[in-house]
Amino acid sequence: MVSQIIFVLLAIAGTALFAYNARKVIRNIKLGRAVNRNDKPQERLLTMAKVAFGQTKMAVRPVPFLLHLVVYLGFVIINLEVLEIMIDGAFGTHRVFAGLGGFYNFLIGSFEFLAAGVWLACAIFLIRRNIVKIKRFSGVEMKSWPKSDANYILITEILLMTAFLTMNAADVKLQTLGAAHYIEAGAFPVSTWLQGLLPNNTDSLIFIERFCWWFHIIGIFGFLNYLPYSKHFHIMLAFPNTYFSNLKPKGQFTNMDSVTNEVKAMLDPSFVPADTAPGKFGAKDVQDLTWVNLMNAYTCTECGRCTSVCPANITGKLLSPRKIMMDTRDRVEEVGKNIDKHGADHQDGKSLLDDYITREEIWACTSCNACTEACPVNIDPLEIIVELRRYAVMEESVAPASINAMLGNVENNGAPWKYSPADRFNWAEGN
Amino acid sequence: MQSDEKSYTQNTKRNTRAMEFKVPTMAEMMAAGEEPEILFWVGCAGSYDERAQKITRDICKILHHVGLKYAVLGTEESCTGDPAKRAGNEFLFQMQAMTNIEVLNAYNIKKIVTGCPHCFNTIKNEYPGLGGTYEVIHHTQLIQDLINEGKLKAEGGESFKGKKITYHDPCYLGRANGVYEAPRKALEVLDADLVEMKRCKANGLCCGAGGAQMFKEPEKGKKDINIERIEEALLTEPQFIAAGCPFCMTMLNDGVKLKDKEQEVKVLDIAEITARANGL
Repeated sequence: MVSQIIFVLLAIAGTALFAYNARKVIRNIKLGRAVNRNDKPQERLLTMAKVAFGQTKMAVRPVPFLLHLVVYLGFVIINLEVLEIMIDGAFGTHRVFAGLGGFYNFLIGSFEFLAAGVWLACAIFLIRRNIVKIKRFSGVEMKSWPKSDANYILITEILLMTAFLTMNAADVKLQTLGAAHYIEAGAFPVSTWLQGLLPNNTDSLIFIERFCWWFHIIGIFGFLNYLPYSKHFHIMLAFPNTYFSNLKPKGQFTNMDSVTNEVKAMLDPSFVPADTAPGKFGAKDVQDLTWVNLMNAYTCTECGRCTSVCPANITGKLLSPRKIMMDTRDRVEEVGKNIDKHGADHQDGKSLLDDYITREEIWACTSCNACTEACPVNIDPLEIIVELRRYAVMEESVAPASINAMLGNVENNGAPWKYSPADRFNWAEGN
Repeated sequence: MQSDEKSYTQNTKRNTRAMEFKVPTMAEMMAAGEEPEILFWVGCAGSYDERAQKITRDICKILHHVGLKYAVLGTEESCTGDPAKRAGNEFLFQMQAMTNIEVLNAYNIKKIVTGCPHCFNTIKNEYPGLGGTYEVIHHTQLIQDLINEGKLKAEGGESFKGKKITYHDPCYLGRANGVYEAPRKALEVLDADLVEMKRCKANGLCCGAGGAQMFKEPEKGKKDINIERIEEALLTEPQFIAAGCPFCMTMLNDGVKLKDKEQEVKVLDIAEITARANGL
């Protein structure tokens, strides 16, 4: 009875704390500007089904795709088992779904294979990161916390799976010993092999089984609450992130309505703009970005596919699209903390541009869209880069001298080079 | 990229390979009370850059050869605003766009073929929101259509049979707009030996010119992007590198020169290859 009360309290506390932190993240995301991404619901659902559920963009790299698929399926399917664990915990039952008989055996059996698969995949992931040192997991932005974050996640998953399998091993041994409460249920194709490592004493086995049971479920609640602080948040945000992702051609940049109004008024003095508040042009800080940009930042799991295909980064420039996303998240987190501490209008004198992302980075981008193509969850670092450029150029008039020269030529000659418009048709001379 | 003066010397003299026909302008068409089937949007590079001018003339030769009723804007054309937009100057972009749209709409233009993927992307995707809606295709798509319709073959000219050709995907044609097959189709009819680079199609590597990089020095780093790209292209041991964008053309050519491979490897636009194969 006591353990049931402890369990229920734990479940409530774990869920409530997660809800509290998740709401903070949602509040932070809503600091971004409005943008309508509610059009074409069917196409959006299809995109989410393909990209997030179907993992289609992962398939480009077959080895991590397969490993990740095992962990992903493990996460989704083993959660069915968590449902049973929750009911058992709350009502003091043991393997409450055992009544399903053969189907239950099938389920538990497949969970076991998946758990072993997840264990193995995570071990390989750790080796790839720390021993093989795959290049895309390194980089200036992958020092300290981001590096540890990845390892903590993998180690936690391995511990959870170890607990799960050990629990089953103890259970199956108790079942064969005919221990009270441990009804014969389930099939244990993997943990059967672990029985030899466990003692034969019923009390010790019960202790091990209970310890692993609690370790596993406490671990899950702990992990849940780790998500909002971690890159691992992608396991949830990948779904809304793909749903609300850009459906237009990648080459199409947004046309700024505020500019349209001014340009129309310039070209036609009789034009009366519908909306008279132009606001700021481009983005200096995270509040100037859209909520989709900010959700992108929270969704990023720092896999580095974007950076590994970025022509600027490949050739040694400072720009790394992954860093753009990580900087955006770090800054919006900082702004969120400022709001919590000092109220909504607090200014800390810092901004995304310059304090996090440098000019050198934004001007190194070729806008080639390799990063957006590579992202397995449709994150768009390019839009953030362009918004920062817009601020630099339109609000500050600060750009590399050669860019200013090009802009001057377009304005005066209708071409990016200093040629006379009258000579534009000279190529056809000799007609 | 760096050497503006070298790469972009304006050719005001009469061209050596003069065309045997007159390129019609919209103004002339309108004066004659006619409307073209398609407007050829030449673009700034195609108009002023000596190397790109050759591509422009070859596109005209193809249009003329198949008997398509086309016209150009001539001196009425102006920059689409693409480099301004990518550089963050939305004002200048929209000024250019609205001025161009006014001209295009005044001529009642319905269909446009561009000689540049950047113009293609901008007019196709970004002009409709500002009042300019047209059917826009890139010249490689036009060539594909003409081949499909049987109006264009690869005969009567230089044979590319068995020649090793690798195609470089321009970002604003490929990833930006999903056009991967049209340029390849134009090369397939040549019966050439097409070899893909390791990074191609959706995974293609940028030449380094996009996003207004064409007009500035690169940031400091280990190497220039066009060198990275040309090294990859040279791994396929090509006789020709096929391009579909005047900016890629400059970057790739500079790369070939820097690698001292000008004798062995020629960089040609799909339009130039098509014109050559047809003896135009």
